[in-house]
Amino acid sequence: MHDLIIIGAGPAGITAAVYAARKRMNLLVIAKDIGGQAALSGDIENYTGYQFITGPELALKFQEHIKRFDIKLNMPEEARDIKIEENSLKTITDKGEYQSRAVIIASGAKPRLLNIQGEEAYKNKGLTYCATCDGPLFKGKAVAIVGGGNSALDAALQLIKISPRVYIINISESLTADAVMAEKALAAPNVEVFNNAQVQNIYGDSFLRGIKVKEKDKELDLKVEGLFVEIGYIPNSGFIEQVKKNNSNEIIIDRANRTSIEGIFACGDVSDVGEKQIIIACGEGAKASLSVFQYLSSRK
Amino acid sequence: MAKNVKVYSTPTCPYCIGLKQFLKEKNVDFQDIDVSSDQSAVEEMKQKTGQMSVPALDIEGQIIIGFDEQAIANALGL
Repeated sequence: MHDLIIIGAGPAGITAAVYAARKRMNLLVIAKDIGGQAALSGDIENYTGYQFITGPELALKFQEHIKRFDIKLNMPEEARDIKIEENSLKTITDKGEYQSRAVIIASGAKPRLLNIQGEEAYKNKGLTYCATCDGPLFKGKAVAIVGGGNSALDAALQLIKISPRVYIINISESLTADAVMAEKALAAPNVEVFNNAQVQNIYGDSFLRGIKVKEKDKELDLKVEGLFVEIGYIPNSGFIEQVKKNNSNEIIIDRANRTSIEGIFACGDVSDVGEKQIIIACGEGAKASLSVFQYLSSRK
Repeated sequence: MAKNVKVYSTPTCPYCIGLKQFLKEKNVDFQDIDVSSDQSAVEEMKQKTGQMSVPALDIEGQIIIGFDEQAIANALGL
């Protein structure tokens, strides 16, 4: 039986794994990929120690860091459930079942969908949720980004370098991204921001050709070939029913990262921690692992 | 005989990096096509896959979208 199973290998899961490995816990990490959402980020300028690093580079650094330890990593593998048994927890995945004394859920979050007409039809045909992956395909083409937060502006800063026209469709009164990012994007001559605006539908032929946008009382028809959806994330918490969650389906944790079920801890974007940032997810991963160590020590 | 494998990718895409690493670990020779710097390659990829998304693989005419390890292993007989 393992001491600890960690579900997820984004910033929270990897940091938890590094801390657990240093405590010599018998550890198994189950993950779909390494790096999580951090790997999909463009330019990262707020992770202490690196004045500048890209998401894929940081994910590579994470990978190098856990390779320094003898950590068993099952990847790609996806958790389906956690069953509470007498004196142990059973994690059920798409590939097997594993027993442990404690579990850390660090399964992160996935992009929120627009839920509008045309979204499914044009997914990967111009509509994308990964600017870092697909952004370079839109060189020389007009594009639109939906969102006004850091992820949206991160996408904008990548796209202004290659696209002749970049529209930002922001539902709020003003951009909510860090000022340093917003200022950079707004200074670009090829950017146009629509505040209080929403995409109504997406149209095209075999590929996306444009979007209809409602800006206050105005209807706009924007001819774009790329649409980047960056309107936040929803937690990957659906695989476990039993733990208490808030209205946003985030797993509720206390200050020691304990969930409502003894032996199950959570950290990072899947949890109800106040801010969703790479550096915060790392800190939460460290906290969760140290809490597990105390929990296991008290039960020996 | 080794199969003809083409990978359409961008340098920044983490799934592309993972996929290429997977192929290297399995000793599979492949042609890496960087679509970020070659517009004609983008058009070729769109034509073949009907998609505007990376990574995309062409294994002897069989198209696989995304880093689907199982589908790639099946197509290559790994």
